[in-house]
Amino acid sequence: MTGRVLLVEDEPNIAEAIRFILTREGWDVAVESDGAAALGRLQQLRPDLVILDLMLPGMSGLEILTALRASPDISATKVMMLTAKGMGPEREAAQRAGVSAFMAKPFSNAEMRQQVRILMES
Amino acid sequence: MPLSALTGTRLRERRLALGMRQSDLAEKVGISASYLNLIEHNRRRIADGLLVQMANVLAVPLASLQDGHADGLIEALSAAAAEMPALGAEMDRVEDLAGRFPGWSAAIVEFHSRNRALARAVEVLNDRMAHDPHLSASLHEVLNAAASVRSTAAILADTDDIDPVWLKRFHNNLHTDSERLAVGAEALVAFLDASTSGQDQAGALPQEEVEAWAEAQDWTFPDAKANLHSDQLSSEAARSLAQSLVERLAHDNQTMPEAEVQLILAKHGPDPLAMARAFNVPVLAAFRRIALRQGSGFGLLICDGSGTLTLRKSVAGFTPPRFGAACPLWPLFTALARAETPVEAVIALPGPQGIRLRARAYCQISHPSGFRGPELREAAMLLIQEPAGAEPAIEIGPTCRICLRPACPARREPSILSI
Repeated sequence: MTGRVLLVEDEPNIAEAIRFILTREGWDVAVESDGAAALGRLQQLRPDLVILDLMLPGMSGLEILTALRASPDISATKVMMLTAKGMGPEREAAQRAGVSAFMAKPFSNAEMRQQVRILMES
Repeated sequence: MPLSALTGTRLRERRLALGMRQSDLAEKVGISASYLNLIEHNRRRIADGLLVQMANVLAVPLASLQDGHADGLIEALSAAAAEMPALGAEMDRVEDLAGRFPGWSAAIVEFHSRNRALARAVEVLNDRMAHDPHLSASLHEVLNAAASVRSTAAILADTDDIDPVWLKRFHNNLHTDSERLAVGAEALVAFLDASTSGQDQAGALPQEEVEAWAEAQDWTFPDAKANLHSDQLSSEAARSLAQSLVERLAHDNQTMPEAEVQLILAKHGPDPLAMARAFNVPVLAAFRRIALRQGSGFGLLICDGSGTLTLRKSVAGFTPPRFGAACPLWPLFTALARAETPVEAVIALPGPQGIRLRARAYCQISHPSGFRGPELREAAMLLIQEPAGAEPAIEIGPTCRICLRPACPARREPSILSI
């Protein structure tokens, strides 16, 4: 199975680690560090899954999610949100905005692989 | 006729207090007993002239029967009851309550208003915690660094055929993120320290006030009488606690004179057993004498038989928790469970600084009420700076809520720092 993942994460070391493990799983991974540029990349790449950090410079993960769900051509993209524990209100807001899954930092690599596989297969 | 419905209730209370029968009062003021009964149950309004007459017969000031502020009291009582509808307060009898028990009613209203003020204060504090920019920035930093470290370390551990370029990159990432982790954790500890060091005196408990007051004077009280009027002791409870602390320490100083104490400290170091033996005093007195002296540099914790801390003197790097129960792994509690057995251990605190302390703890038993009275226990733990060394240390914490040891076997509740 193949699929394309866009990772929107401003922490370069986290982005590198996620890119490495998902690439080895066979997924085609692109990384974007700027929240404001994320929507443009989404339109251009048309990924199956986007992994969004909740706290991003430029545009927050929540705003990107809301804009994505409102754009008909990409609204069906699956969205995994990277969050910190204890962000109850933000998580609820993401839930309302139509997030597909959450992953709490610090995540285990096994969780990350498994969650991505589940989302890609669903 | 500005009479509240309560007037009847008051009349009735006063008449019963005098032991007067309804018919007697009715006769004296020229009305029927059944009409008086209606008035007393607030079913009939009462004419001004009649009320004056009744006040005379009952020998009470007219105003005490007319008291208008009762209306405000009734409103406040109703408001208090309305917030707890499930309790089924008898709303139809609120006037009865206010009339018959004005003092108790005022107490209910006062508690209700204090309760609301406290609820607001808690909300404000909660908000401050949740939205504190320093706290959330430090937490964000720590979480990101931890996420990167965890994921990168797992890649290095699990991947055999890793490309040398990637390998080097991951090693570098691991290095920079572990530095970030250390800095972020220290910032968090500093934040929590500041919030436990009593900047917010408004909510301080009497015991904390006394400890802050004693700390400010380095636990030395040459002029105790004047000091007891310090602004730092805001309540009567605090002043009384301070008073007994001062008296206790004065007694300790008397039984263990300074010059000899210095000789014993020079010979044995901070050893409460040696000190107690030399002066033939209780071991706990020796603990106090060693720790609670000018410039001692030692920390001291004392608890009662329930493990409740009754005295806290912090030592550099270790501030005992302000709220809630302490860490159960402290040697203090080991000693508490083994009365009159000296316990010594090196303890290590969580956190990047890896602070080590030598703890000496002892529990003393007393029977202040004799053979048939209860057995009382009091334990003390002396804390001494310990240089880095090979001696194995017990890994302790402050209290579960702010402890950084997620896998601790003694954990009672999750840490708010669990990351």
